[in-house]
Formats: sequence, structure tokens, C-alpha cells
Amino acid sequence: MIEYVPILVLMCFAILIASIIVGASYLLGPRISNKTKLSTYECGMQTIGPTRMKINIRYYIIAMLFLIFDIEIMFLYPWAVVMGGLKLFGFVEMLIFVIILFIGYIYVWRKGALEWE
Amino acid sequence: MDMVSFKGIIFIIAALIAVAASVLMATRKNPIHSALWMIVTFFAMAVIYLLLNAQFIAVAQVMVYAGAIMMLILFVIMMVQMEKGGKGDPGETGRSAKTKVAGALITVILFGEMLFGALYYQMTGRSGDYPVAMVNSVGNVRTIGSLLYGQYLFPFEIASILLLVGIVGAVVIAKRKE
Amino acid sequence: MEQIVSMIGWKTAKTIAGLVGVLIFVVFNALILTWAERKVAGHMQRRIGPKEVGPYGLIQPIADALKLLGKEILTPRAVDRPLYFLAPILIFVPVLVSFIVIPFDASLQVKDINVGILVILAFSSLSVLSILMAGWGSNNKYALIGAIRSVAQNIAYEIPLLLALLPVIMMTNSFSLKAIVEAQKGLWFVFYQPLAFCIYFIASVAETNRTPFDLPEAESELVAGYHTEYSGMRFALFFLAEYTNIFIVSAIAVTFFLGGYQGPFLPGIIWFLLKSYLLVFVIMWLRWTFPRVRFDQLLNISWKALIPLAFINLLLTGGLLKL
Repeated sequence: MIEYVPILVLMCFAILIASIIVGASYLLGPRISNKTKLSTYECGMQTIGPTRMKINIRYYIIAMLFLIFDIEIMFLYPWAVVMGGLKLFGFVEMLIFVIILFIGYIYVWRKGALEWE
Repeated sequence: MDMVSFKGIIFIIAALIAVAASVLMATRKNPIHSALWMIVTFFAMAVIYLLLNAQFIAVAQVMVYAGAIMMLILFVIMMVQMEKGGKGDPGETGRSAKTKVAGALITVILFGEMLFGALYYQMTGRSGDYPVAMVNSVGNVRTIGSLLYGQYLFPFEIASILLLVGIVGAVVIAKRKE
Repeated sequence: MEQIVSMIGWKTAKTIAGLVGVLIFVVFNALILTWAERKVAGHMQRRIGPKEVGPYGLIQPIADALKLLGKEILTPRAVDRPLYFLAPILIFVPVLVSFIVIPFDASLQVKDINVGILVILAFSSLSVLSILMAGWGSNNKYALIGAIRSVAQNIAYEIPLLLALLPVIMMTNSFSLKAIVEAQKGLWFVFYQPLAFCIYFIASVAETNRTPFDLPEAESELVAGYHTEYSGMRFALFFLAEYTNIFIVSAIAVTFFLGGYQGPFLPGIIWFLLKSYLLVFVIMWLRWTFPRVRFDQLLNISWKALIPLAFINLLLTGGLLKL
């Protein structure tokens, strides 16, 4: 547990230093603002329509697939670290695990969820 | 340095942050802000897992929950555009009596379970099959690995089928919406 | 008893020195890389790059940093203030934390944590959140599109990246970066795992949003991507994080595949920095050699080529190790 303390310390440090940098710049830099300067940038034109448009559903599929593969990899990491001690059977069980997920991968590919046009 | 009290202080801080952040998460009007408070909760939880010598769970918590799942949640919020006062705003209509009751029930059950677990081991003086000293001598990830690929092989293979169902479900839902 | 106390004190002192060292190194690295980027770009295009400020223009990055410090920090009216303020500060956290476990030399490492590589991977998966915060918080169309593209790209390339590191862990049975370097005393892992190294390197270039995978910041279509609305030092923080990230992915590649601090004659740290900056140079070289890929190509490279290849490589390694 004690070896994780530096991580916490550095996280606090990072936030502190970044805040100091921004704060220093806030104090040092000029602050002359006017209405046009503070408007949203859109190549010098008036902004058209709502900014937060709907995003394509394909991004959602990608995110969902990522989540599933991420979880799968979280299973693979403990396997990789104990692999030296496992017998051939240990490899076979991981092979089954990966093959089952690969069926899902092929299904996604076949259904065209990976296509972008 | 007295390790017990040091751990105690860290635990109290992490627990307070977790509770405060989850209260803030539940009360924010802007769903994106709620999601960000949820990340803070996950981080505090990761610290608590570390205190329990569960390094792998702590890392998985940050990687899968704070990273992947939060990213998915933010994507979904952006996709359905739950802006304040927008079409998808759950403000009044979303929180019906049913959801409130269900939420309360789940909270009570989980709390009871946790209390039982803590008190059972405290009162009977029993410890689990894998006490801290033993896990630390082998390494947390190694222990999980050897258990997962030995004793708990069947649940592990079932997990792959669950993930497969997840993949198929995502594609089916997305294809229907298109 | 006293001996133990003094030993703990010494260890704590060493950790604190390490933390300070990391902070200094991060700033120094960013200064060198901004200079090197412009010099490399210059010479690749038969120019000489910065030369006025200091010998070979070496003082140029410091001058730039001072200039940025004096620039106005704009906060456009339409932004979501908490998100907009937090994003540049939070992008700094994961890149700094990764330095804790990187072994610069046999004894030059802040902490050798036994789940070392997992800590780096977990934290680097968080930078996506800061990017989303910046893009959404800016309330700007370019920023939002840039952020969403960036996230889609980051997550698509994170999977091959994670899979490419697995064969090395299978060969060493350890997550500790130091143990992995020590295991390469004989032959570097790049010779056992050339495919994994290539997959890792391609994925890490994409993870750092560098050309040819710089779609989130594609100047010609998205202005500056997710940091379009940021100015002055806030913009500089995004920049700093990006350059630190380039060093980190190179350092991990060196640790996992190129023998880390191992090498003849010279001290370990020299070898480590030499190898790391060589990879950084290759990343810069790529920028001036390849045109930007299209978005569908970008995702297809990862989902249809790198991921299956990484899986096949993983299973082959597993099979060979067991048979």
C-alpha cells in the first residue's frame, strides 16, 4: 500500500502546478476583453445553429466494442502473469475464451458495424 | 510512522470524498457534471481497494470504470443530448415513484449485505481462505490469476459468453436505431 | 530499531527526490522536444529551423514559454466554466503519474510498483476524459468534433496497444517494469516479438495524436481540434501534456522491447535516454513523411488489421511458450 503514496502525491502535485501555471499567466497577462473577443470562434462568422449537435451512432458502437474488449483484456492480464506456472490446459482455457470473443468480433465485422462511409 | 492510523486517516478521507462526490453526482442538474462527479467517486473507491490490498481491483476500477465506462456514459449523454430543459431531460418525468422505490430497495439490500459481511468475520473471528499476508507474499494479481484459471475456471468461461452477448446486443440496438 | 527508522527516512527522502526529479525532467523534456520538433522539421524541409535565440536556437523554447506566459487567458462567454477550467489541468495528471514507474536506470526509478505497467495503462486511459471535457466544455463545434474524433481514435488504438504488451508480460511473468528490463539481459524482446513491437509503435503514435494519425487536430479542417478555444498557458498545458506523452510512449517501448537501460560501456541512463529519444525522433520523422489518413482508414487500420494481428501474435506466443 505504501508504495502507492507517491502516485497520490504526484497527482496532487500535478493539479497544483498546473493551477499555478494558469494562475501566474492570469496575473501576468493582459485582460482587455470585448464582446466579439469573447464570442465562440467559428472562423470569424456568427455561429450557426446549436453547437452540441447529435453525434453519429457509430461512435457509440465503437465505444461499446471498446468497453467489451477492454474488459476482456483485463482478464488476459492476470492470465499472462501466471502463465509460466500453468500447464498446457491453462493455455487451452484462454484459447476457448478468446475464440468465443472472436466469434463476436466476426459477427460485428459481418454486420458491417465496423464500416464507415 | 504508525501504519494503522495512517491507513485509517487515508480511509476516512477516501470514504468522505466518495460519499460527498456521489451525493453531488445525484444532485447535479447537468448530466455531464454528474458524470464527472462519478469519476471522482470511482477514484476514491480505487483508493479504498488499495487499502484493502486489492491492487488489481483498484487498477481495474480506474481503467474499466473511470476510463472505459465513463467514456461510454459521456458518449451516450452527448448522443441523446440531455441538455437542461431539452427533450431528454429527466428532471421531473424521469424519476417516477417506481424508480425511487427500486433505488431505495437496492441500497438497503447492498448495505445489509456489506454490514453482514463485515460483522460476520468480525464476530466469528474467522478469516477468509486468502488472508492479507498470504496474498501479499504471492502478489495480488498472481493470486487472482491462479484462482481464476484454476478453481473458478467455469465462471471465467461464462464471462466470455456474457461479453459475447454484450457485443451482439450493442450491434443489434445500434442497427435498429439506424 | 534506530537503523530501521533511518532506513525508512532514507527511502522517503529518495522518493521525494525522485518526485522532484520527475517534475524537472517533464519541463526539460518539453522544452527540448519543442526545439527538436522545429529543428527536425526544418532540416527535413532543407531549412535550418530556429537559430536566432541562443546557439542553434536552443533558448528559443524558453523564449516561447515566456511569451505564452504573458499572453491573455481568454474565457469565451459560452463555455461551460467548470469543465473548461478543469480540462487543461486534469490532462496533466496522467502523464506525470506514468513517470513514477519508468526505470531510467537500474536504481533510478521513483518506485518499483509490482503492478507497474497496469498503473501507466490505467492512468493513460484517463486522458480521454480530459479531452472530452475540453471539447464539450468549450461549446465550440470544432472543439466538439475534434474531441469526439480524438476519443474514437484513442479507444480504437488502445486495444492493440494493450494486446501488444501482453506477449512480453507472458515471457517475463511480471508487471514490474524493472523486472521486464532485467529479463532482457541477453536478447532484447524486439527480436522475439517484432510484430508486437510494430503494433505497439503504430498504436502509440496514434494514441499521441501524431501525424499520420492527427485527425483530432487536423489544422486544415478543424482549426486546432479540442483546444481551439484555449489560449495562453492553458493551451500550453495541452501542448506540454502532448510532448510528455510522446516521451512516455517511447520510454515504454524502450522498456518493453529495446532492453531499457541495458547496453554496453555507457551508463544505463544514457542508454535509456538515447533509445527513447531515438524513438521520439522516428515519431517526428513520420510526421514529415506521411500524409494524414482518412477517418475511415484510421479506424479500419486498428479494428480490421492491428487487433486481429495482435490477437494472433498473442495466441502464437502463448502456444509456443507452452509447447
